Amino acid sequence: MSVLDGAVVEVAWRTVSMAALATLVMLPPGIGLAWVLARRTFPGRALLETLVSLPLVMPPVATGLLLIWVFGRRSPVGGLLARLGLEVMFTWRAIVIAMAVMGLPLLVRAARAGFEHVDRRYEEIAATLGASPTRVFLTISLPLAKRSVLAGALLGFSRALGEFGATIMVAGALPSTRTIAVAIYSYTETGQEVAAATMVALSASIAFGALFLSNRLAASV
Amino acid sequence: MPVPITLDFVLRQGAFTLTVEERIDAQVVALFGPSGCGKTSVLESIAGLRSPDRGVIRIGSRTLYDGAGGVDVPAHERNLGYVPQDLALFPHMSVRQNMRYGARASRDQEAGGPWEQILSLLELRPLLERGVGDLSGGERQRVAIGRALMASPLLLLLDEPLTALDGGLRARVLPYLERIKHELATPIVYVSHDAAEVAVMADWVVELERGRVVRSGPALGAQTAASLDFRRQTSEDELNDEVEDGRR
Repeated sequence: MSVLDGAVVEVAWRTVSMAALATLVMLPPGIGLAWVLARRTFPGRALLETLVSLPLVMPPVATGLLLIWVFGRRSPVGGLLARLGLEVMFTWRAIVIAMAVMGLPLLVRAARAGFEHVDRRYEEIAATLGASPTRVFLTISLPLAKRSVLAGALLGFSRALGEFGATIMVAGALPSTRTIAVAIYSYTETGQEVAAATMVALSASIAFGALFLSNRLAASV
Repeated sequence: MPVPITLDFVLRQGAFTLTVEERIDAQVVALFGPSGCGKTSVLESIAGLRSPDRGVIRIGSRTLYDGAGGVDVPAHERNLGYVPQDLALFPHMSVRQNMRYGARASRDQEAGGPWEQILSLLELRPLLERGVGDLSGGERQRVAIGRALMASPLLLLLDEPLTALDGGLRARVLPYLERIKHELATPIVYVSHDAAEVAVMADWVVELERGRVVRSGPALGAQTAASLDFRRQTSEDELNDEVEDGRR
């Protein structure tokens, strides 16, 4: 049991820290995309909107395969990163990338609704007071949409915690890259039902906490 | 101090077209007329929140908009103080932070610039630490005006500053506006549909109806109120003639 405990703790820690890192990674592009979709009209907006949401409805393994095409060693991007000593495939970096891509749509949706809720009046008046567009964003739009952005970040984090399909494609089920979702699959496959059940309980409680907090934040907007 | 103001532009919004062709030399210009006549659109065009379809907007020697010359200075570089009818005090900031927002943008710190002068002029010091949700109607009005003045604007744009206030409060806020006029000498474009208010504040009155100027001329103090009421009943042809006269 002690071996199992050690493995459980290690997998749980890896999953939570990778999901947290993935959330940090998705925040800048997520907030940017959310703001652009909420406040700007431009050709190709509908296309961008659809692309961002695609990972929500595509089979996660398909997203995983796309990521292999982008980050695999034989691809230009993956090759370049490898030459810089940044190995992606089957490392923790692959986990973070897969989690971030899968969590991004949820963050963008929630944050976008938050930006749409901000009364444009405040942004316009801030501009007449001499604030540049960047300053308006940082001092008016973002603080007023803060709760929705946080709720979205927690949703993205929750999604990242449970990510399976894309993760197993790019990071495999190695002992060094195993996340909770992947561990549940592996333990079940090899008949380690107690270990699998422990992982299920663990994943349910972490996800419950994150979702509960996210809903509380979203409800008080 | 009177400042030459050129408002010579056309703005289309759906079926509504606003046409203004005015060259005014005054300190306080009142835009007067019934709601929906385009008063607020004039202010927003000056403030840079709406882009006219063509024409020229010039304050003093500064060209803010020139359709033919390809000039359209962005709102944040116009250095005007706009107090909209809904005030738009930032709800996530205290009164002090709201006031500083204008000041910081013009790189004036609390220590220097107009900070002290405006605080005493509008008696804002006791309100500084409050949240904007804890202010009365008259206090909100003063904070919004103070915030706009903090940026040392070339021109103050006031949209119905007294309309939302009841009679008693109106009488309390109006003196503050007169102080701005006399002590700060900031030029003001003032929107109102209240003839009595216009009579107290304005040097020059531009009367709008359905997107067109129907009268423009120097304000004649209290007489203006009566004459405006009278004029509204005269025929439109006559009004147009007067507009021509007013320009000469």
